[in-house]
Amino acid sequence: MALRELKVCLLGDTGVGKSSIVWRFVEDSFDPNINPTIGASFMTKTVQYQNELHKFLIWDTAGQERFRALAPMYYRGSAAAIIVYDITKEETFSTLKNWVRELRQHGPPSIVVAIAGNKCDLTDVREVMERDAKDYADSIHAIFVETSAKNAININELFIEISRRIPSTDANPASGGKGFKLRRQPSEPKRSCC
Amino acid sequence: MDEEYDVIVLGTGLTECILSGIMSVNGKKVLHMDRNPYYGGESSSITPLEELYKRFQILEGPPESMGRGRDWNVDLIPKFLMANGQLVKMLLYTEVTRYLDFKVVEGSFVYKGGKIYKVPSTETEALASNLMGMFEKRRFRKFLVFVANFDENDPKTFEGVDPQNTSMRDVYRKFDLGQDVIDFTGHALALYRTDDYLDQPCLETINRIKLYSESLARYGKSPYLYPLYGLGELPQGFARLSAIYGGTYMLNKPVDDIIMENGKVVGVKSEGEVARCKQLICDPSYIPDRVQKAGQVIRIICILSHPIKNTNDANSCQIIIPQNQVNRKSDIYVCMISYAHNVAAQGKYIAIASTTVETAEPEKEVEPALELLEPIDQKFVAISDLYEPIDDGSESQVFCSCSYDATTHFETTCNDIKDIYKRMAGSAFDFENMKRKQNDVFGEADQ
Repeated sequence: MALRELKVCLLGDTGVGKSSIVWRFVEDSFDPNINPTIGASFMTKTVQYQNELHKFLIWDTAGQERFRALAPMYYRGSAAAIIVYDITKEETFSTLKNWVRELRQHGPPSIVVAIAGNKCDLTDVREVMERDAKDYADSIHAIFVETSAKNAININELFIEISRRIPSTDANPASGGKGFKLRRQPSEPKRSCC
Repeated sequence: MDEEYDVIVLGTGLTECILSGIMSVNGKKVLHMDRNPYYGGESSSITPLEELYKRFQILEGPPESMGRGRDWNVDLIPKFLMANGQLVKMLLYTEVTRYLDFKVVEGSFVYKGGKIYKVPSTETEALASNLMGMFEKRRFRKFLVFVANFDENDPKTFEGVDPQNTSMRDVYRKFDLGQDVIDFTGHALALYRTDDYLDQPCLETINRIKLYSESLARYGKSPYLYPLYGLGELPQGFARLSAIYGGTYMLNKPVDDIIMENGKVVGVKSEGEVARCKQLICDPSYIPDRVQKAGQVIRIICILSHPIKNTNDANSCQIIIPQNQVNRKSDIYVCMISYAHNVAAQGKYIAIASTTVETAEPEKEVEPALELLEPIDQKFVAISDLYEPIDDGSESQVFCSCSYDATTHFETTCNDIKDIYKRMAGSAFDFENMKRKQNDVFGEADQ
């Protein structure tokens, strides 16, 4: 079965639950006291989609989104971006458009965009109407789901939908160069004169 | 802001980002700010191409033949990584390699008598090379074996040479090497820019030749590596490391004032707010009154639509023009990369000629290099002052980095980082200090 490595980057304001969504997906756990994002570089999970294995490499922001300091390398080469807002905070939906603009500016042209309205278990303090968010997502051809990392609602569905929307390999001819990862040298490099 | 930090860092150049990463990994609370909206400062890769034209005040902007502006990531300083050098060690110890991909630079060339010659990367190439005659090659080979076997901790390897006292000139004499071989060794292998090293004790030169040959052995072709998407990826990678360990990042953040009390730094004022700190790290541009000028470098960024002639159509290479070939004191360098490294549009090459400025007409000084590059589609000329800090920070607790010099590698930058670390921490730098303290990749085991 073919394995495809897919980089996914997370976007959205501090505190909307980006890391919690990924923890639920990768580790199937939820920590309500999770700190603003510290200590996570990326998380990986492989799922089967039709005849392929999709290995998601999900990059967390490391908190650099707080003061709008995400680096271009964060977006580079991403197959998909998940932009998260908090349904209980209207302002996080308002700034969503800024994140979409940022993504259009720095992300790859054919990136799959998913919008996740998190904390949908808190409907009694909802500030963002589902219909409004879905209309916006449709207007930019983005995937839309409301999620609850806490109650494990729509998390797997979100990633299944991303798998569905990722263009097949053939549609993406390799543009630009491919490099390699540095590895530690086994000690005692062989001598050589030049 | 309006908070207390252990360390505030100003400027997101490579030196500052590496130090920020080290401080965060070691548990310091770090605030890292840059007045620019992008990472990298003087060591950034400018994108899109329109920004480069703007920066160099070329008002008409890029012509359509340059392709999509976003395909360009143009380095401001021309450097490569030595494959066995200190920066690679820093990347490996910090695992910042996780965020980066590299390519081997395809060749190194040296200018002699108006032509360029490949610096041999294999024994076969060495035997075939016209850089030196056959009898010279045999003596040179003996010399290289001596260097390879030399161990400063094992006097049996010294063969009568005293690493702390014998000059490099005397070592060359011992092996009966001619002037051509000496020039080649000192400039194309030990990468000295001048000939001052000849009368210095030989240990440093031997170690530099070792670094070159060990770097070359690592991947072949050349001793140099280059990151896809440009050198600007390096500061971004180390900034990410710092952030993962709690560093706070702010871009587009002007610095109004650095606040000192009784000669010691206590904080930074930005947009009316004050962040307090115990120590400050910054690049020279943030404290112009506390640095002194230490020379100038000229860098001419050239966009080409062809590989450089006589490089076997290499899509990346270095050319060294030894100073005595062109009656100068310092070598001239060309670093060339291309669309193959995702730094230019398809079919385009970026060649940067650079050298230490010696006269009032620096552009004339680099003409021998520009002649090798013709025809040139577009030139961007930068003449930069080099700065170094006036004080060592022991009283002020302000630790300023040095400007990026004309070398085409990062060894001097890493030495600066180690020196600043030692002054800040009070103990010698050890690469072990850079290791990540906890796991920060989750999910499946392999990564």
